[in-house]
Amino acid sequence: MSKISLIIQREYLTRVKKKSFIIMTILAPILFAGMLFIPAFLATREDTDSKVIAVVDQTNLTVGAIPDGKYLKFNYVGEESVDELKENLQQMGYYAILFIPENILTSGRVQLYSNQQTTMAVNNHISKALEGFFTNIKLVNENVPVDIIERTRTHIRVETIQWSSSGEEKSGSAELAAIIGYVSGFIMYFFVFLFGAQVMRGVIEEKSNRIVEVIISSVKPFQLMMGKVIGVALVGLTQFLIWIFLTLAIVTAAQVGLKSDSSKQAQTEMVQNIMDQEAAANAPGMQDLSQAQKMLDDIKGRLESIPIVLIIIAFIFYFLGGYLLYASLFAAVGAAVDNDTDTQQFMLPITIPIILALFVMMSAMQTPNSAIAVTFSMIPFTSMIVMMARIPYGVPIWELILSASLLIITIIGTIWMAGKIYRTGILMYGKKVNYRELWKWIKYKG
Amino acid sequence: MADFLTATQVVKRFSNHLALDHAGISVPEGSIFGLLGPNGAGKTTLIRIINQITAPDEGEVLLQGRKMTQADVRHIGYLPEERGLYKKMKVGEQALYLVQLKGMSKNDALKQLKYWFEKFEIQGWWNKKVEELSKGMQQKIQFIITVLHRPKLLIFDEPFTGFDPINTNLVKQEILNLKKEGATIVFSTHVMSSVEELCDHIALINNGQTILHGNIDEIRSRFKPDHYELTYRGDTEQLANSLNSAVNMIVQPNRGNIEHVILKNQTGISIREMINRINSAVEIVSFEEMIPGMNEIFIRAVEETNHRTKSN
Repeated sequence: MSKISLIIQREYLTRVKKKSFIIMTILAPILFAGMLFIPAFLATREDTDSKVIAVVDQTNLTVGAIPDGKYLKFNYVGEESVDELKENLQQMGYYAILFIPENILTSGRVQLYSNQQTTMAVNNHISKALEGFFTNIKLVNENVPVDIIERTRTHIRVETIQWSSSGEEKSGSAELAAIIGYVSGFIMYFFVFLFGAQVMRGVIEEKSNRIVEVIISSVKPFQLMMGKVIGVALVGLTQFLIWIFLTLAIVTAAQVGLKSDSSKQAQTEMVQNIMDQEAAANAPGMQDLSQAQKMLDDIKGRLESIPIVLIIIAFIFYFLGGYLLYASLFAAVGAAVDNDTDTQQFMLPITIPIILALFVMMSAMQTPNSAIAVTFSMIPFTSMIVMMARIPYGVPIWELILSASLLIITIIGTIWMAGKIYRTGILMYGKKVNYRELWKWIKYKG
Repeated sequence: MADFLTATQVVKRFSNHLALDHAGISVPEGSIFGLLGPNGAGKTTLIRIINQITAPDEGEVLLQGRKMTQADVRHIGYLPEERGLYKKMKVGEQALYLVQLKGMSKNDALKQLKYWFEKFEIQGWWNKKVEELSKGMQQKIQFIITVLHRPKLLIFDEPFTGFDPINTNLVKQEILNLKKEGATIVFSTHVMSSVEELCDHIALINNGQTILHGNIDEIRSRFKPDHYELTYRGDTEQLANSLNSAVNMIVQPNRGNIEHVILKNQTGISIREMINRINSAVEIVSFEEMIPGMNEIFIRAVEETNHRTKSN
C-alpha cells in the first residue's frame, strides 16, 4: 500500500472510530429530523384539538362569513357581553371570543379575547375571511354589482421567464435559486470550518505529541499534510452522507409511524389542514386537489428552469476546491503554532474571506449580476460560496471558466506554500511565529 | 572498512544563523559512530539532513558512495530526540502503522512485532493506549519501531533519555546486537560514559563545524596530556631527586604503606627513561598512563574552539 494511502487510512479510521464522532453522527440526524418534523407534528396536534370560538357580532352581518375549519368552529352567541363570556370561557368550552365591533368598516379592527396565546393559523383564518367579506360589503355599498365583484376577483402570481442569448425562454424561479445558493453556501461554510479546523488540530496534535519527526523520517512532510487533508475530507463526507441518509430515514419512519398511529387519518388530515388554510387564504371556491396538483406541476417546472446538472457539477467542484484551499491553510497554521491558543492571529485572515463571502452571497441572491457579486465570484477565496449563489440564475460560461481556473491556480499555489510552511513549522518548537517568519519559511530550500 | 555514510562540506543556513558550516562526517560500515557536541551545535540539523527531512544548502550526503535520495530513507531507522507517539492510539496498531510507513508489509511487520514484544516481555501492551504507558515504556516501543524493519543504518538521537539504568542496559545490549548483525549505527548523546562504552568512532561538532573526527582510541591518545599515575613503596624524597626537574610530581594521599603520586612529563623524556629513573629510586607497584575520558576531551575541544573564535 502506498504511504499516502496508509496515512489517509489512519486519519480516517482514528476519527471515525472516535466516540465523539459516532455520537455526533447519530445524534445530529435526530436533531435535524426533529427540526423538520416536530413543527409539523405540533401543527397537527394543535389542530386536532377542536376549538370553538364564540362570536359577538355587533354588526349582525357576518353570520356564515367565516367558514368553519376542520377543527375550528365559530359559534354566534348573539348580544352577549364580552365581559360575561370572559368570566365563563372555560365552563362554556370556548377557545376564544371574537368581538366584531359596530365600527368595523371604518376601524378595520376586531378583537380576539382568549386566556391563552391564539395561534397564527386561527388569526390568519379570521382576518382573511373577514377581509374578503367586508371588501365585498364596501364594494356593494359603492353600488358595484355582486356579479361584477365575483368576476373581477383576481389572483396574480409572478412567473419569471428568463431568456438566454439564443432566444430560448425558460421560466425561472427566484425562490428556488435563492434556496440553492443559500444552502450550498452554508454547507460549504460549515464544512470548511468544521473539518478545516480538524485538520489544524490534527497537525497541532502531531506536533505537540512529538510524533511528527518520526513520521517524516519515513514520508515527505507534504505527503503527511495531504494525507491528513484528504483523510479528514473523507471523514467529513462520510458524516454528511450519514446525516442526510439518517435524517431522511428518520423523517420517513416518523411519517409512516404517524400514519398508522392515528388510524391512517393524521397524515391526510395534516395535508387537509394545510390545504384548508391555503384554500381559505386564496379563493374560497378553489378546490384542494387541483390546487395541490398545480403546486406540484409548478415546482417541477421551476426545477426544469434551473440548470440542475451544472449546479451539481459546480457544487462538487467548488466544494472540493474550497475545502482543499482552506484545509491546506489550516494545516499551515497548525504547523506554525505550538498549541490551540496561539492559532488566533493566523485564524483571522482565514475567517475573514469566508464571512465576507457569506455576506456577498446574501446580496448575490438578490442581484446575481451586480459588480460585487461578479467580482467575488472570481476571487478564489470567496468564489466557491458566491458563485454557487449565482449559478442558479445563469452565469456566462466564460465567467465560470475564469472563476474555476483562478481557483485551481490558487489551490496549487496555496498548497505549495502551505507545504513549505508546514515542513518547517512542524519541527519548530517554542518559537513565537509571525508573518515575517512564515515568509522566510516559504523561501527556505527543501 | 569502507565508509558507509559520508557527509561532506554540509552547509545549512537558517534566517539568522549558520546551523552547519561545512561540517562533515564519515561513518565506517558496521561501526558505532558517536555524534557529539554541545547543545545547539548543529547535530540534530545534520541528522535531519541525513534523514532527508531537510535539504542542505551546500554539500552532499553519500550512502555507500551514492548520493542519498528520498528512496533511501527506508534503509534508515531514526529515533529522533523529539519523539512521541499518538496518545489515543493503541500500541500495537500504532507500531504497525509506523513500520508500514517505512515500507514493511503488514504480515512481516506483525511477525517482527510479535518477536520484539516477546523479547521485551511486553505482549500485554498491544491493546493499551499509549497514554496509559509510562514514559520509559513509550521509549521502549519507540526503540522497537525504529529497529523493526532491520535498517542498514540506525540513527539514535539521545537514545537513553527517559530510561532507568536497567532499561538503559537493555537498550545498550540491543544496540551492540544490532551492530553484530551488521548494522551501522550513528548516535548522538551527551552521556560521555556511554560513548566510551559503545562507540568506535566519533565526530565532535561545535558551532556547526566538525572539530574532532576519527577513531575514538586515536582521539583519546591524541588528547593524552602526558600524565602518569604511579604507586610505589619507598621514599618519596628519593623519587623526587631521581626524577629531577624533568617531571613535575604531585603527591596524592597515600594508601597504607603504598605511596601515590601523579607525574607530569614536562620536558618530554621518554617513558622508558622515566620508568628507569623511578625504578632506580623506589619499588614500583603500578605505573599507568592517564588517558583522558571523553568528557574531558569534549570540554577541552569545545572550549578551545570557542576561545579561538572569540579571539578572532
